[in-house]
Amino acid sequence: MRKSNLYALLTSKFLAVIVVAMLSLPQLFAQESDPAAGKKLFNANCAACHKLNKKAVGPALKGVSSKYDREWLYTWIKNSAAMIKSGDAQAVAIWEEYNKTAMTAFPQLSNVDIDNILAYTDYTPPPPPPTTAVAGSGQGSAGSSYSNDLILGALALVFGLLVVMLVLVNKTLQRIATASGVELVKKEVKEERRPLWDAFVKNHFLVFMSVILLLLSSAYFAYGFLMQVGVDQGYMPVQPIHYSHKIHAGANEIECKYCHSSARVSKHSGIPSLNVCMNCHQNIAEYNGEEDLENGYTKDFYTKEIKKLYAAVGWDEENQRYTGETEPVKWVRIHNLPDFAYFNHAQHVQVGKIDCQKCHGPVEEMEVMYQYAPLTMGWCINCHRETNVQVKGNEYYAKIHEQLSKKYGVEQLTAAQMGGLECGKCHY
Amino acid sequence: MAENKTYWKSADQLKGDNPIIEQLEQKEFAEHIPVNEFLGDSETLEDTSTSRRDFLKYVGFSTAAATLAACEGPVIKSVPYVVQPEQIRPGVANYYATAIADGFDFGSVLIKTREGRPIKVENNNDAPVLGGANARVHASVLSLYDVKRLQGPKANGSNITWEDLNLQVGAKLKALAATGKEVVLLTQTFASPTTSKIVSDFVAVFPNVKHVTYDSVSDSAALDAFEDSFGVRGLADYDFSKADTIVSIGADFLGDWQGGGYDSGYSKNRIPTNGRMSQHFQFEANMSLSGASADFRIPATPAQQKNILAHLYAAITGITISGSLEAGLKSKLDKAVKALKAAGSKAVVVSGIQEVGAQKIVLAINHYLQSEVMNADTPRLIRQGNDAEVSAVITAVKNGTLGGLITAGVNPALTLADGKAFAEGVKKLDLSVAFSLKEDETALASQYVAAVPHYLEAWGDYEFKAGSFALAQPTIRPLFDTKQFQDVLLAWSGSTNSYYEAIKSNWNSTLEGLSSWNTVLHDGFYQSGITSSNYFQGKALPSEANALAAASSSGLELVLYTKTGMGDGQQSNNPWLQEFPDPITRVSWDNYITVSASDAAEAGLKNVNVANGALNGSYAKVTVGGTTLTVPVIIQPGQAKGSIGLALGYGEKAGLQEEMQVGVNAFEFYNDFKPVQNASIALAEGFHEFACVQLHNTLMGRGDIIKETTLEVFNTKDKAYWNAIPVVSKNHMEEEVTSEGVDMWQNFDRSIGHHFNLSIDLNACTGCGACVIACHSENNVPVVGKTEVRRSRDMHWLRIDRYYSSETTFEGDNQTKENIDGLGDSLTTFGEMENPSENPQVTFQPVMCQHCNHAPCETVCPVAATSHGRQGQNHMAYNRCVGTRYCANNCPYKVRRFNWFLYNQNDEFDYHMNNDLGRMVLNPDVVVRSRGVMEKCSMCIQKTQKTILDAKLDGREIKDGEFQTACSSACSNGAMTFGDINDKESEIAHLKENDRMYHLLESVGTKPNVMYQAKVRNT
Repeated sequence: MRKSNLYALLTSKFLAVIVVAMLSLPQLFAQESDPAAGKKLFNANCAACHKLNKKAVGPALKGVSSKYDREWLYTWIKNSAAMIKSGDAQAVAIWEEYNKTAMTAFPQLSNVDIDNILAYTDYTPPPPPPTTAVAGSGQGSAGSSYSNDLILGALALVFGLLVVMLVLVNKTLQRIATASGVELVKKEVKEERRPLWDAFVKNHFLVFMSVILLLLSSAYFAYGFLMQVGVDQGYMPVQPIHYSHKIHAGANEIECKYCHSSARVSKHSGIPSLNVCMNCHQNIAEYNGEEDLENGYTKDFYTKEIKKLYAAVGWDEENQRYTGETEPVKWVRIHNLPDFAYFNHAQHVQVGKIDCQKCHGPVEEMEVMYQYAPLTMGWCINCHRETNVQVKGNEYYAKIHEQLSKKYGVEQLTAAQMGGLECGKCHY
Repeated sequence: MAENKTYWKSADQLKGDNPIIEQLEQKEFAEHIPVNEFLGDSETLEDTSTSRRDFLKYVGFSTAAATLAACEGPVIKSVPYVVQPEQIRPGVANYYATAIADGFDFGSVLIKTREGRPIKVENNNDAPVLGGANARVHASVLSLYDVKRLQGPKANGSNITWEDLNLQVGAKLKALAATGKEVVLLTQTFASPTTSKIVSDFVAVFPNVKHVTYDSVSDSAALDAFEDSFGVRGLADYDFSKADTIVSIGADFLGDWQGGGYDSGYSKNRIPTNGRMSQHFQFEANMSLSGASADFRIPATPAQQKNILAHLYAAITGITISGSLEAGLKSKLDKAVKALKAAGSKAVVVSGIQEVGAQKIVLAINHYLQSEVMNADTPRLIRQGNDAEVSAVITAVKNGTLGGLITAGVNPALTLADGKAFAEGVKKLDLSVAFSLKEDETALASQYVAAVPHYLEAWGDYEFKAGSFALAQPTIRPLFDTKQFQDVLLAWSGSTNSYYEAIKSNWNSTLEGLSSWNTVLHDGFYQSGITSSNYFQGKALPSEANALAAASSSGLELVLYTKTGMGDGQQSNNPWLQEFPDPITRVSWDNYITVSASDAAEAGLKNVNVANGALNGSYAKVTVGGTTLTVPVIIQPGQAKGSIGLALGYGEKAGLQEEMQVGVNAFEFYNDFKPVQNASIALAEGFHEFACVQLHNTLMGRGDIIKETTLEVFNTKDKAYWNAIPVVSKNHMEEEVTSEGVDMWQNFDRSIGHHFNLSIDLNACTGCGACVIACHSENNVPVVGKTEVRRSRDMHWLRIDRYYSSETTFEGDNQTKENIDGLGDSLTTFGEMENPSENPQVTFQPVMCQHCNHAPCETVCPVAATSHGRQGQNHMAYNRCVGTRYCANNCPYKVRRFNWFLYNQNDEFDYHMNNDLGRMVLNPDVVVRSRGVMEKCSMCIQKTQKTILDAKLDGREIKDGEFQTACSSACSNGAMTFGDINDKESEIAHLKENDRMYHLLESVGTKPNVMYQAKVRNT
């Protein structure tokens, strides 16, 4: 026992030495460079085109400092174009390899900055902490999720035991009673009582009232049922690509109208064309954010969805180019207004300055998009009654606002007062 | 003066002895609903196997099924672009300037596209030449989506690739060139500088090729005359806005005469300003649009027209000619001559007589008058056909002496008088290639058919008249496997250039430093400002004049003309145009001979109104030379006695849907390219059923809907005399119906915000119908077909009523009698008075929903489907309508239209809305209505809403002229003005205060938002 303890101690110490050595090795090599500062600089300046382990617009940068001379790298990063022009063989080779795309010049970076960046690109993170701790915590969390069921099960067992015990006690008592000759008193059947239903039937007033109640309540439910026919509130179809608004609009805080840009000018908000997706996803090939294991939304899951986008838009990740073989995505439309209702996004979003969330709900929290509002006429009308028209700074409204506010004696005009309840404003 | 006149819509109505007409006038709806017949037919009802119980079961089950089906919504897919083109934003329309040049219609247009689909044609108002589209051009966007279009090249009836076609035809061309056998390139008029260059390059490569231009409706005589007089082959250009006196002898210059497009200039000087307007004399045989607008219309047969022209020439130039003119015509001509002389250089004479001599005389008269109206320096180049050359080609084809024939944009097998013989000849040629949009008669006879794109898919450059250019650009990618004629010709000549590159390089050299290619492409037109001075080389023409003066005719003279809707018939597969009622006869889906009442009586030809309001006409056998056709007859008031009219452009069978194969092919009578032929007619058996909207929607005898006066009265008398507001009795006092106290309605305050009004000027309206088609296309109005139109179920939201009038009241007669001067005049005038329908006056009145402020329709709707907006529009919520038709019943203007059937995606109505291709033309901003709902003009609320939203987005006020409806923006004549009357500076607000302003049926007290400007005749 003692022997094995000693062995473990020795191994861990040896490992620690190796880790320390590994951590200090690049540091020694790069002298005083700071990989942490380098990471910041890398993310700010390089990440748009470079990745550490993967080819992107530019080459993968892991271990780049060992491939090229440091002085050469300084010059290249500060002004690559000049180098290509001067006919540097290495520079021209890279330029040729990457479709003659010139790298942006970074004259603002000092040599120290570049050293830091290179330190970051050479840096290998320490191995993950021992797995035992992870396993422990995993067990803990699993335990807590089972606890409710366990308690309930235990309670049920206790109750079952109690019932069995009571039955047994009762039986024993009866046996004792018979044995000791105690006569059990049996309840005598008294004169027949009129059954309740008969009394109810005989009472005409009660019958009348109940029928009315029944009719009213069934009418209420029938009305409720009929009114929801054709209302698809909560409609949450499965989409061909699992697109998470929660990640895009929530976690990454992308502005709605970045993708749905035509909402500014058109009646349609527009489903973004795939080239809009590729503005970001050309560089974001895998998901590295939070996971939701309960629903199976793992990093792998999301990364696979990104691959679906690549397949649709015809993006060859390997060679970083478009193949031209596209497969348009057939999204399932969630918000369907009937043909006879005219709705214009620009009017509401741009002129009325209404938040998208007002009608579409907390989209930034929706993992799967669903229809938030009922989209019924009553719902539209109600909002028109309550919402004030944004007249400020809009020259169009200047005259009509002055006249109407005088007429109604109010400062703020609602859409309804502006004529927003007229049939022909939406139906033509 | 309106009070002294009787307005009538048909000869029968005027006679007043037809009980059917009287009955129709009293009826709300023309058609009888056969409920009693159905229920009374007990035999059929008893025989049926369906019992009452079964029936109820069916009803129950189908209701339940329908309800259940409604519960489950369909899954709708949205497919965005993979890469969205930057100029396309879904939901936002793009406009492109382009030009049409199909050989008959030429003009600069704007094309509205949505999500890359052209959906509407708009006028290019900036274009100085031919910027106003006519009805056919407005409808041309639908021809793009014609299912009968050729979808790819063919060889001997089977499909072929373009490569193979080029190889095979190229080989044949080379073989023919080696033998030196002549090949003719028979094309439409392109009026395209680059095309001319490409053709001449092609001829340089293949010297055995000869290029011949062929116009299906020839203007060769006028071209020859102009060439003779001015040394340039072209057509004189006219600016009728400068004219004070216009004398037209057989020229329908408001129609398609010499390429058309003259109506907007004409209308400018027809609106009385400062007490002046132009005066228009029209001598003609058929009742034409020009005759309808004329101040003096004198019916004259073609032979008489020649005499008149000769005498006019004599009277102007002072030469003496032999022969004399009929007394009645002479007095009218004298009047015209007097007016011409008085107007001096602001006078003009035009003629449609297709004879070189006559056309030379016209040019000479205008030269003698030093007319500012005619411009010989900028001749029109949109007609280039040469009859003599075409005749030579025909002979060569028939004799088989020709090696090959390549046709482009023409269909001679249909449009030649002996087209069938021509087609037989084409079949025997070594090489025959037809460039065509559809598989027409010529394409069927040719070995190779090269499918060409529609003009909206094509490039092009045009020189409409000297110095006035236009560019055409594609507004959509080619829908089918088509290639432009010029591209193919370039390939055959061995060039690697495309037509686009050829145009661009040609233009860049022309534009050098003057303007940029992109600017011209954006604008769609270019004025070079370079004009040549074409000097008059004509001489005195006594022999020509004498020849004209001697012209006479023994029998009937047939005058072939082109209809406003159909033109030369290129777009005969276009249901919008087929359903478009002719402005004069109000007949759709047909051509027919127009006969004067007396000739009809002589030949025993009849028009009969049947009980449901439809019109039937006798058939007549019309014989010209050896050809006889059986044609239905319309008795046309105003048709010159001794003449009959027949429209070209009908009767085509090849490449047409069965529904569109209507009418007879009048080109069979078009011998020697002469529109006037000697004919004889005889009664044939049977009656033809017309789809005529003439008697539809009668106004219950309330005839004061047209207000009309003369220029003299207009200038001298008070408004109250000629444009009196109707009075009603209140407390035994007469009060004007518009005054406050009379109104029993509460007025809504409309002084805040916009208040839309539409003004229609009866003086400027020539009845051209561009607005009808524009409305059709903007508002997704369905086509219902001939049978349904016959049942008065046409769906046009905007109709142009045509009223005939004559001074037939007692008071009017007395006045006419007193005004007679001289014996000759008295004879004819008394004759006219005996038969008023011989020469009526015509008034056009576009009528759409009047958007009454006190609308009778709104009060009777049980479900409040129609209601009023504060901007003045009468709204119609289709989804709310349950189809009681009470509103239509209560509308005094009869402008509401009921959807009797489902007109889209229904095989019974196999028009454009029944196929995917045709539905691409639908306007996505307007609902397609379903069966059982009422619809009507919305005053293009989608357009006013769009204008308002644009202003809101820009944060600016709206300028006058920004608000437009489809009809007002389509009207290039200035007859329709739309705007906001709360903008006191706007044109519409001024028009509302105009003396000529009146409302339709003012006495009803509906307070419409559509107003009319009373007609003033310069008599």
